Amino acid sequence: MKELIVISGKGGTGKTSLLGAFASLAKDKVLCDADVDAADLYLILEPDIKERQDFQEGHKAIINLDKCTECGLCRELCRFHAISTEFIVDPIDCEGCGVCVYFCPEDAIDFPIKTCGELFISETRCGPMVHARLGIAEDNSGRLVTLTRKHAKELAEERGFNLILTDGPPGLACPVIASIAGATGVLIVTEPTLSGHHDMDRVVELANHFQIPAYVCVNKFDLNPKMTETIEAYAQDKGLPIMGRIPFDPIFTEAMVQKQTIIEYDGSSKAAGAVKEIWERLKSRL
Amino acid sequence: MIISIASGKGGTGKTTIATNLAVALGTDVNLLDCDVEEPNDHIFIQPDINYTERVSLKVPQVDMNKCSLCGLCQEICQFQAIVVVGKTVLTFPELCHSCGGCMEVCSEDAITEIDREMGIFESGSRNGLEFAYGRIFVGQVMAVPVIERVRAAVQPDKVNIIDAPPGTSCPVISSVKNTDFVILVTEPTPFGLNDLKLAVGMVKILNIPHGIVINRSDLGDDKVMEYANEENIPILMEIPFDRQIAETYSKGKLLVEELPDWKERFIHLHEKIMDHVREG
Repeated sequence: MKELIVISGKGGTGKTSLLGAFASLAKDKVLCDADVDAADLYLILEPDIKERQDFQEGHKAIINLDKCTECGLCRELCRFHAISTEFIVDPIDCEGCGVCVYFCPEDAIDFPIKTCGELFISETRCGPMVHARLGIAEDNSGRLVTLTRKHAKELAEERGFNLILTDGPPGLACPVIASIAGATGVLIVTEPTLSGHHDMDRVVELANHFQIPAYVCVNKFDLNPKMTETIEAYAQDKGLPIMGRIPFDPIFTEAMVQKQTIIEYDGSSKAAGAVKEIWERLKSRL
Repeated sequence: MIISIASGKGGTGKTTIATNLAVALGTDVNLLDCDVEEPNDHIFIQPDINYTERVSLKVPQVDMNKCSLCGLCQEICQFQAIVVVGKTVLTFPELCHSCGGCMEVCSEDAITEIDREMGIFESGSRNGLEFAYGRIFVGQVMAVPVIERVRAAVQPDKVNIIDAPPGTSCPVISSVKNTDFVILVTEPTPFGLNDLKLAVGMVKILNIPHGIVINRSDLGDDKVMEYANEENIPILMEIPFDRQIAETYSKGKLLVEELPDWKERFIHLHEKIMDHVREG
């Protein structure tokens, strides 16, 4: 089973648009949206949801004020300052550690499991897709990413497919690590800006840290051709294969507005041509 | 005064707004970059750093000479960060949330805490502008402890501008909670709108006044504008797509220093925010 994850470090470099285009080009694959915090792939692929499940993870403390004697031990022990002077637990500050629950001498604190999001298994015009939605202001995004990838793998096995294409989140910490752990390879999409370069350096280091092969492509390369060269030279220096360059083109936005991948919207455009080349190179690497 | 800048979707222009607003206002401003996974503000500010600190989290260390293998630590830990295996106790520091439960519950006083380093906090200044930021070490899972260290650098007598990470989950919450106003930066595309709605949901839960900045305002459709009108959220500023702006950004330069009119526009943005804060 091959699993390719598209990541970037910096947000907004074009991960989802590119993955959408790959969805139009690749055959016999499962699509997976691991950016559970701000999932957008569904906006292009308009999935028909076949199966939905609650994502339950962790607990939150709730003080039963009828039993509470206001002894204050819970406030003293809580390191997250989540309990007010009126003995109300702030659900946002509560880390779910359960220390207050354990030590409350009156057994006055409930500790129910939380529903932090939803997971969906769907059909799209480009093939089956697993996606999720983390509840707003919820934590445990890493666990939901792991669960989403697990379902994608199961679905691929069920269908006899050999490939999973996964849209990863921006950043460097928990959800990104959960997205790339154990993957066949990552495609790092960057842009020719100092910020794009800086953020790419850190995800390259992350991919190395977890010993995952990384490939690089530069989106909107013509907005600063010099910086594109600098980034490609850096990639080469690090031994990262360069998959190609994509020109800046408003058709990415136009396609998105029409709920189409750029291959569907204008397959003969220069930008679509560049994306096809990148896909061919990636395919031969995987 | 604390103004935070968030977005839902990444790459919409948070850093552009945060850095240009801070420099346009000049002195009595404290810029804090809370995107500790991928901090970028320092690229544009080029501060003189005069303070560096390693940020760490307290994690348990077990003295096996005192441990009676009772297993209470394993029982209380919600994160599977401490486990009794045979005649020893294993700790998994990367899973530890530093709640202190294991140390508290240990009947033999066998658990102490040691520091686990997760990242760096730095501060400095540039032409009277105060600046601080953090960055997690590559491979670290948790961003929040480093974000909280950056938040601790808020100066109550100054205008504090906080650049938050993208998304709507815990790192963003830590960055924007208890701020006086949130600028939500978006772009007028289906992705921008979808993620803007999530960000609005978040600031509503946190009950913070907010307004919208639309970046690359001429690339896309009118749906963000329609949404803002329906929801009665003020549009504070629109920035059109312009190759000159894109180039200035790509080189790590500030609009307020490279292009005419922008300084005034960012000062005006601040005035608009202050009006909204005063109106409550």
